[in-house]
Amino acid sequence: MNELRQELKEKIIEQLNLEEFTVADIADDDVLFGDGLGLDSIDALELIVMLDKDYGIQLTDPKEGKEIFKSVAVLADYITERRAK
Amino acid sequence: MKNVYLHSAVSISAQNTFDSDGFLEDIISVSGSTVPAKYPNYRDYISSSASRRMATGVKMGVSAATKALQRAQLGQPDAIITGTGMGCIEDTEKFLNTIIDNNEEFLTPTSFIQSTHNTVGAQIALGLKCKAYNNTYVHAAVSFESALMDAQLVLQQEEARHVLVGGVDELGSEIITHMRHMEDANANGIQVPFGEGASFFVVSSEAKSNAIQLVDMAVCSTVSENTIQQKLNDFLIKNEIQASAIDVLISGRNGDAFDSYYNNVSTELENATELHYKHLIGEFYTASSFGLWTAYEILNRQDIPKDLIYKGEEKSEIKYILLYNQFKGRDHSFILLKR
Amino acid sequence: MGVAITGMGIISAIGHSVAESKTSLLASKSGIGTLKHIQTKHSGLIKVGEISLSNADLTIQLQLPEDHNYTRTGLLGLFAAKAALKDANINAISQYRTGFISATTVGGMDMTELYLKQFATDPEAQKYIQSHHAGDSTQKIADALNIIEFVTTISTACSSAANAIMLGARLIKARKLDRVVVGGTDALSKFTINGFKTLMIQSDELCAPFDADRKGLNLGEAAAYLVLESDKVIVKEQKTVLAYLSGYGNANDAFHQTASSENGEGAFLAMKKALKLADLNPEHIDYINAHGTATPNNDFSESIALQRVFGNHIPDFSSTKSFTGHTLAAAGVVEAVFSIIALREQTIFPNLNFKTAMPETGLQPVTSVVKKEVQHILSNSFGFGGNCSTLIFSKS
Repeated sequence: MNELRQELKEKIIEQLNLEEFTVADIADDDVLFGDGLGLDSIDALELIVMLDKDYGIQLTDPKEGKEIFKSVAVLADYITERRAK
Repeated sequence: MKNVYLHSAVSISAQNTFDSDGFLEDIISVSGSTVPAKYPNYRDYISSSASRRMATGVKMGVSAATKALQRAQLGQPDAIITGTGMGCIEDTEKFLNTIIDNNEEFLTPTSFIQSTHNTVGAQIALGLKCKAYNNTYVHAAVSFESALMDAQLVLQQEEARHVLVGGVDELGSEIITHMRHMEDANANGIQVPFGEGASFFVVSSEAKSNAIQLVDMAVCSTVSENTIQQKLNDFLIKNEIQASAIDVLISGRNGDAFDSYYNNVSTELENATELHYKHLIGEFYTASSFGLWTAYEILNRQDIPKDLIYKGEEKSEIKYILLYNQFKGRDHSFILLKR
Repeated sequence: MGVAITGMGIISAIGHSVAESKTSLLASKSGIGTLKHIQTKHSGLIKVGEISLSNADLTIQLQLPEDHNYTRTGLLGLFAAKAALKDANINAISQYRTGFISATTVGGMDMTELYLKQFATDPEAQKYIQSHHAGDSTQKIADALNIIEFVTTISTACSSAANAIMLGARLIKARKLDRVVVGGTDALSKFTINGFKTLMIQSDELCAPFDADRKGLNLGEAAAYLVLESDKVIVKEQKTVLAYLSGYGNANDAFHQTASSENGEGAFLAMKKALKLADLNPEHIDYINAHGTATPNNDFSESIALQRVFGNHIPDFSSTKSFTGHTLAAAGVVEAVFSIIALREQTIFPNLNFKTAMPETGLQPVTSVVKKEVQHILSNSFGFGGNCSTLIFSKS
């Protein structure tokens, strides 16, 4: 579980080009969007592609992302439950 | 009709034009197929959260625009107008290659979103939270001139008082390689590298002491070598100025077969010292915005850097500068400035 | 009164002429269907407003040599621009100072995406290297029409053509030109289909603008142009004026690179500016041709902006993108042509596929063809990058 969280943090930083962040800067429960890490709707779409490509989970409605991408912890739980890859 | 003045000019180019207070003193010699711009320290102008999605052209554009506003001591312009010949070609190539490489799967939105031609103008507006008039011109070698002419129109028709206007192009990698290849296959092709850069200006209908006036400009799609002199004369007559009054001609020479147009214009201006600049920054569709930057600096400083001189002598007093640019015999533009 | 419009030409999924477009609009007949001309993995998952003519068909109709290097964007543009000049009865182009302003977002992308990997080696493909940039289609059309004065191209995403029309009006007002052909052209491309797919805003069904259950947009392709002429030319040539461009406004939402703000600020400002320039009050507007892309975000934001401008008295409105699909850079001029048809016919056109009003606003678009008195029409075009533009057309 911790490994997945670590992996997700690395992927988020790389995929979203968060140059000023390191894995240590993102706590498991940090809010990713809005006031937290400052991610926005374009980032949500990037993460949806990551879910599909790396974990075989397909979302059809971008609104679903709102809950799933709340924090790294929530995202890791969601992936663990449904991953196909 | 309102007069139009230049309140500031800022350029990012292959020379030290952005971070230096000098004026083309330490020239970097450029050669080869392509020449990138000297990039500023973007962190001074763009927050890292904003810059993380930006390609070269957007970063250059936003930085140059920010500094142009600072120099003019202007917080919010009444209009933001940009010109770009190739648009956001880096992200265009990136998205296109992802489509090809991944066979239309697992595509992400960022490079698509950032590939639209109006990205630079949009990002400047977004950064400033500027809800004013916003437009982007994308017509090859008159992309910047179209933007400048629109600025002139909105000032004269009193839709705006202060306009931020600029030209920006980035090299990219793939299309430019093919363009260079085609160019090099032609013995009379462009003799300078392909380049990139961003030059931004604040133009205003408000007079300031020692302000540089944009007297007038003309843009024309098609002119023959034989009729370009007539076009020039029509333009000068319209603006009630003698050809002999032009102190400096800044030409867009790039060494190709179409330089003959510049010869024909130069001949008409008996007292003008002719300058060129593309040998210093390369050729690109909005390179002429760098030409306007040099004109602004020359009129302000009353000094001509020796590396700009193509023909004629240095001058002690410079009042009128005419800029003339064309690309492959098409897309002609005249810009007349007065101190 | 504004700037006179004396001619128009159009090609879109609902017709290859103004007359055909009118027939489709009056019959509530949409042109949206299954993609045919482009090879893409997603063809089964999208609906598009595609023009039935192939590039080969267009080449023949335009009497171009077979080895030309027009992209589809250029072919469609030339087709519509020629029709606009014909409609304005213009034969001798050099009689007056004439300009050409065209809008595009894709430019030559339809060919670049086919030949990018052959550019290095295939001489046949190399002719399309120079046709990639956005100005190329404009230049080719201008050359074919023998327009040699001011020629330029505008690209502000989905508001592009509205801005082209606006610049044309300014140039006429400034007396820099006597006559100007303004509009835009965008062909469908794999690039845009995939791009909008990444944004997850393309519907697999027929788009339903302003509907509570709208699922997104259908992309379309089109080209259309208007001929604007100065009062001097109108008098001298005794021209028939189709309608007047009486107002225009351009503002930026400055909210997000792609999304529209919750309060529709950019749209609100653009409409306000256009009304002011036209010297009209909101109650003077008889019909609104909305931007109405059918994405959840746009239609909500635009509805709020409409409420802010028009209060409780929102005029009849509809989105004709339910006929043509979203034709991107061309949308502003396609809808300008439809607005002028509406003024000429004193008839407004329906918003197809609408069932339920969105709960946040309760706004109900017009859902059938309605005959009514129409004096002033407001048309909206909004784009990525927060670019918002509004045009107002008035009866001649």
